[in-house]
Amino acid sequence: MAILVVGEHDNAHLSDATNKTVTAAIKIGGDVDILIAGENAGDVAAEAAKIEGVRKVLHADGASLAKQMAEAMQALIVPLMGDYDALLAPATTNGKNYLPRIAAALDVMQISEIISVEAPDTFVRPIYAGNAMQTVRSTDKIKVITVRPTAFEAAKTGGGASVTSIDAPAGPFKSTFVGEELTKSDRPELTAAKIVISGGRGMGSGENFVMIERIADKLGAAVGASRAAVDAGYVPNDYQVGQTGKVVAPELYIAVGISGAIQHLAGMKDSKVIVAINKDEDAPIFQVADYGLVADLFKALPELEDAL
Amino acid sequence: MKVLVPVKRVIDYNVKARVKPDGSGVDLANVKMSMNPFGEIAVEEAVRLKEKGVVNEIVVVSIGPSQAQETIRTALAMGADRGILIQTEETVEPLSVAKLLKAVVNEENPEIAILGKQAIDDDANQTGQMLAALLDWPQGTFASKLDIADGKAEVMREVDGGLQTISVELPAVITTDLRLNEPRYASLPNIMKAKRKPIDIKTPDDYGVSLDVRLEQTNVAEPPKREAGIIVESVAELVEKLKNQAGVI
Ligand SMILES: Cc1cc2nc3c(=O)[nH]c(=O)nc-3n(C[C@H](O)[C@H](O)[C@H](O)COP(=O)(O)OP(=O)(O)OC[C@H]3O[C@@H](n4cnc5c(N)ncnc54)[C@H](O)[C@@H]3O)c2cc1C
Repeated sequence: MAILVVGEHDNAHLSDATNKTVTAAIKIGGDVDILIAGENAGDVAAEAAKIEGVRKVLHADGASLAKQMAEAMQALIVPLMGDYDALLAPATTNGKNYLPRIAAALDVMQISEIISVEAPDTFVRPIYAGNAMQTVRSTDKIKVITVRPTAFEAAKTGGGASVTSIDAPAGPFKSTFVGEELTKSDRPELTAAKIVISGGRGMGSGENFVMIERIADKLGAAVGASRAAVDAGYVPNDYQVGQTGKVVAPELYIAVGISGAIQHLAGMKDSKVIVAINKDEDAPIFQVADYGLVADLFKALPELEDAL
Repeated sequence: MKVLVPVKRVIDYNVKARVKPDGSGVDLANVKMSMNPFGEIAVEEAVRLKEKGVVNEIVVVSIGPSQAQETIRTALAMGADRGILIQTEETVEPLSVAKLLKAVVNEENPEIAILGKQAIDDDANQTGQMLAALLDWPQGTFASKLDIADGKAEVMREVDGGLQTISVELPAVITTDLRLNEPRYASLPNIMKAKRKPIDIKTPDDYGVSLDVRLEQTNVAEPPKREAGIIVESVAELVEKLKNQAGVI
């Protein structure tokens, strides 16, 4: 069995979602290769080669791969699949964008966001916003899988796999990159942070999020939000935690002014310790919280900041 | 320009799914069903494009049981022009859905297909991307803004790091994210009008697509339950517990 894992990166750094996906690949069993597709991403390929348990790194470099757009990724990966029995990518917005396209091109039914490997062909994945866990056995010859990174430990580094260069697809493609507005922050990345503090509609405004940010900085935490807080424009879209946003599973998740809708719980209920601060004692968030504080957040947050 | 909007009938987003005790699936008997919320956003976007004069016909298609006609009616009441129901009681995996939609596209020749990014039942997030691959069309997934001009669509996409804008040549597949728009409620006159709009009833056989199942579901289980925690009386007690009991700060 040979498995190809598509690395997640920004051409400068490898994301640890890749290491976690490698762990899932190792659980499936067989030779694990990593594909780094990017532009001027040599450092990333070198980083990937250090992940333990990896046989080799395939490195495709070129302008067409700078943003890992779906058509270019399809043109790159489909011809490689003659050599592989499985294709894995992290369930990031990148992976979710290109992988189903590749699956269809291979006439394979993708297995989305697996959280465990039961057998080389059998996987568990959450459905219905995580209210049910579905076990599926794939009968496809090639397995195409996105992996929920929070469900797997990161593979360690210390290995020394070889790096092989392969050609980037030439194109032209019918889609072109125009621009991006990336949220800049010195805080840890939301899905990898040990502590996450999230605000909801109860925060009342974007300015009030400063109270959350100050606590985040004291704790070295990432800042997240509910959909309602994003919809209201308090914070950018990439803060959204939930069924249709990011899935997080930190050591500590603090939900402030968040009611606890099923869609929000889907993104955070695997956190180790959950704290809820809400003025409504009947808010559903308290049903999943290890520590609940029934209080007005405008009083509780400054107190919390002082106490830390 | 014609737009195709595929919509799925799913459990209502306000209902918490219950797993059947025998592990065979989720209990949908007597459960409120609605249009997938991301599909509603897709219909709304199509209607807005029509109101702007960019689009002149909106065809809604649903694949599912006969009750999916209600889902199509909802879309017609929002402003879509006509519907196609591909009726089946079988489980239809996203790959088969994409194959059926490709067949519909070949018949209807739309210049754009707008779909929800994911259905809130199977949470697969695949169909739009698969349809794009099968048609060899470009894709603009997770759209939070869509502008159509000069045979191209400019799509602002919600990505992990923030927002990304791409330009795709038409014809193209677009999948919707939450911030694209806020779907309207159909007015009573429009609901009445929708009753007279045509819905074609078809079967998968009509399109020559077999619904072979590639993922065999062997079990559906409840997720692990979290144990109920405690209510603390003060911020001081909270901090003390987090330090000394949970050991997380
Ligand atoms: C298709 C779809 C996908 C969705 N995906 C997601 C998703 O990924 N993530 C997500 O989060 N949601 C998602 N939602 C939305 C979800 O259903 C809820 O609407 C949303 O999570 C509510 O956000 P909230 O808890 O911030 O707001 P609300 O439900 O309005 O709750 C606000 C809370 O703040 C409390 N509060 C108010 N003022 C104060 C105060 N001064 N002090 C203390 N507490 C206060 C209130 O008691 C209340 O509990 C989705 C919905 C749909 C339909």
